[in-house]
Amino acid sequence: MNTYKDILSKKVPAEKFVEVIAGQYDASKEGITPEQIAEMKLNISLEKADKPVVLVGMGTCGLANGAQAVYDMFVQELKKYDIDALLTQVGCVGYCAEEIIVDVKVPGFPRISYKRVTPENVNTIIERTIVNKEPVIQKALGKYQDADPSIWPEIPLLKDIPFFKIQEKVVLNNCGVIDPENIDQYLARDGYQALSAVLKDKSPLDVIEDTKKAGLRGRGGGGFLTGKKWEFAYHTENDQKYLICNADEGDPGAFMDRAVLEGDPHRVVEGMAIAAYAIGASKGYIYCRAEYPLAISRLEKTIADAMEYGLLGKNILNSGFTFELKIKKGAGAFVCGEETALIHSIEGRRGMPRPRPPFPAVSGLFGKPTIINNVETLANVPVIFSKGADWYASVGTDSSKGTKIFALSGKVVNTGLVEVPMGTTIRQVIFDCGGGIADGKNFKAVQIGGPSGGALPEQFLDTKIDYENLKEIGAMMGSGGLVVMDESTCMVDLAKYFMQFITSESCGKCIPCREGTKRLLEILERITKSYREEETEIDSLMRFQGMLYLERLADVIKDTSLCGLGQTAANPVISTLRYFRDEYEAHLYDRTCPSKACRQMLTYTINEEKCIGCTLCATRCPVNCISGARKEVHFIDQKTCTHCGQCELNCHFDAIIAE
Amino acid sequence: MQSEEIYKKYPKNEAPNMIAMLQDIQGVYGYLPENDIIRVAKHLGVPTSRVYGVATFYNQFRLTPLGKHVIRVCRGTACHVKGSLDILNILETELGISAGETSKDLQFTIETVACIGACSIAPVIVIDEKYYGGLTSKSVYKLIKEYKNKD
Repeated sequence: MNTYKDILSKKVPAEKFVEVIAGQYDASKEGITPEQIAEMKLNISLEKADKPVVLVGMGTCGLANGAQAVYDMFVQELKKYDIDALLTQVGCVGYCAEEIIVDVKVPGFPRISYKRVTPENVNTIIERTIVNKEPVIQKALGKYQDADPSIWPEIPLLKDIPFFKIQEKVVLNNCGVIDPENIDQYLARDGYQALSAVLKDKSPLDVIEDTKKAGLRGRGGGGFLTGKKWEFAYHTENDQKYLICNADEGDPGAFMDRAVLEGDPHRVVEGMAIAAYAIGASKGYIYCRAEYPLAISRLEKTIADAMEYGLLGKNILNSGFTFELKIKKGAGAFVCGEETALIHSIEGRRGMPRPRPPFPAVSGLFGKPTIINNVETLANVPVIFSKGADWYASVGTDSSKGTKIFALSGKVVNTGLVEVPMGTTIRQVIFDCGGGIADGKNFKAVQIGGPSGGALPEQFLDTKIDYENLKEIGAMMGSGGLVVMDESTCMVDLAKYFMQFITSESCGKCIPCREGTKRLLEILERITKSYREEETEIDSLMRFQGMLYLERLADVIKDTSLCGLGQTAANPVISTLRYFRDEYEAHLYDRTCPSKACRQMLTYTINEEKCIGCTLCATRCPVNCISGARKEVHFIDQKTCTHCGQCELNCHFDAIIAE
Repeated sequence: MQSEEIYKKYPKNEAPNMIAMLQDIQGVYGYLPENDIIRVAKHLGVPTSRVYGVATFYNQFRLTPLGKHVIRVCRGTACHVKGSLDILNILETELGISAGETSKDLQFTIETVACIGACSIAPVIVIDEKYYGGLTSKSVYKLIKEYKNKD
């Protein structure tokens, strides 16, 4: 397939590409008619490709499921059938539970998505869909709206299936649809038009005003008005300003930034260019976690391509505006998501936060005014200028505008990424998109906002999601991770898990966070252990004393820590204590874990009727505390048992009783 | 890339490049040898303590050599509620090492990661850059066997 470069470069200067494609520049003098452009656009955007197209979902989740093998199989089989088809990779469409997803588009027919494709299915798909032009019904997920909907009536429209029905794809519009490493496809789907329009018609102040009017708020956690933040930097006079894209998505349970960077990196780069223009920055950094190697390699390609097309670098689109972009790899530190810590990390130092003010917008990277925006925030920017600030402000609630991407994970049927307008209820996201709780169990809680957020019980499921509502009930938007938990998750254990996370990620600079979270963890560890013979009276007293101090300690950490990480570190403890107090009491008074998740509180015994003496548990026991002859009932020595639960996990006959 | 090239690639006395340099050096050796930490400090014109401070601050850097197979266990929230601790325990028991350690025969290293961002297919582990999702205790035993028999 020809690229824009092949077709246009001989006739039109590179900086006119975007205008030509957008139909703003009449290239008929150069011998290119508007009809030709329109046709080329449909062809490149794959909506009306002139030959069959196969698109394999190759984000990290697809690759983890073996998408590479499926891709290789398509290469081999297409050759065997001697079919001239375009085989391409796409990012994640969001429906991770059904990976590997493969789309097939045959000219004249709708684009169809197949789910859970294995290398064995490749042959069938080629033969039935590409050769015979009929769908493989049992593998079909849905079809796109790019052809007559009466074709293949037995296949539902993709947007009508439950997972996508309430979604509104604005930021994820291209994810899973186009090849992220192909700048032409992004351009053909109206990419970089917002940047081109902004550079042509708007002053930096106009951009700031529009962003404020749109009501875009930071998607990384705090929810500060993006336009206002830009305004601070705009009004700070300096010869050098910086724009940083925060792609250090450290929140466990959130992966929307990874999906956007892997699936539609040009959108982020376009958003960055617009933001840089608004604040007057000529240099930018993308600070990306090293744990996302695929995102980094795609970003490198993206930046190189954008430079080649004159959309980055010096004198962008002949407007006089210069913006140079570099990637900085993070090195694995959760605290680097905090603005000042991130700046220190880019400066090659330990990622430790410093007190604010001065805010980075006044004195940031290398002492210069710096704006740091999150990936999702920046990915929202182009749409404000392509669809208009008024349109953007019309989506969402009074205080929170636009859409929000949520990463659904945990004990939910449909795990994946969903993008819904602000104001959608938590119940809609979990039960409509997510398909409810897996394995027929009951909903217990949902952790919103990662380690800084809170766990919410069922009574809040009908809360409309926006920044203020979530804060009010003890959670926070955070980056938008939704980890769903069922009745088998223990909330005390969850709080303990988060404290373990925070104690290992605390940078150690301020005492409340470094020492306070450690004490919180110790208190939780004490109450999640069963009674041991060696336990003294003082130990028993400490259990109760700790619980008495728990809330006070949590409050002190909240009030006195230096940065956001510390100030919100105790949130999981506070919220679980608030909504699941009975579970804490069961651990404290009765020394039992109602969910049977705290292994240290369980006693493992063997059901004599069920044990057949297969010896598996004895071989798997790490401390050799299980004895018994082959084909005879086994026994567990309670004195040496470490309560690791390996025997229960390994038994094929449900013979291990844990109580 | 050889380590000599790294010292040529980065200009002298530009401390902001420290993390990138250490990452490149770790890319060559798999860990940060003491000599290189000292050399990086000289190269960038900063005290050795500062390089050491950075190298020990970030989770990515290691000061000891790695095993042939590096197993990274995701300990994110989604993986936690889906039983990643059990998977870590199995790996530790089967390989006879704790998280952060390398087996004596230099075959395996176990590391934990805060979150690798593949929460939708939790619990996940990464062995030598290859992702394995949706694990159960049974499939972990199979995986370990597979890798042990590889050599």
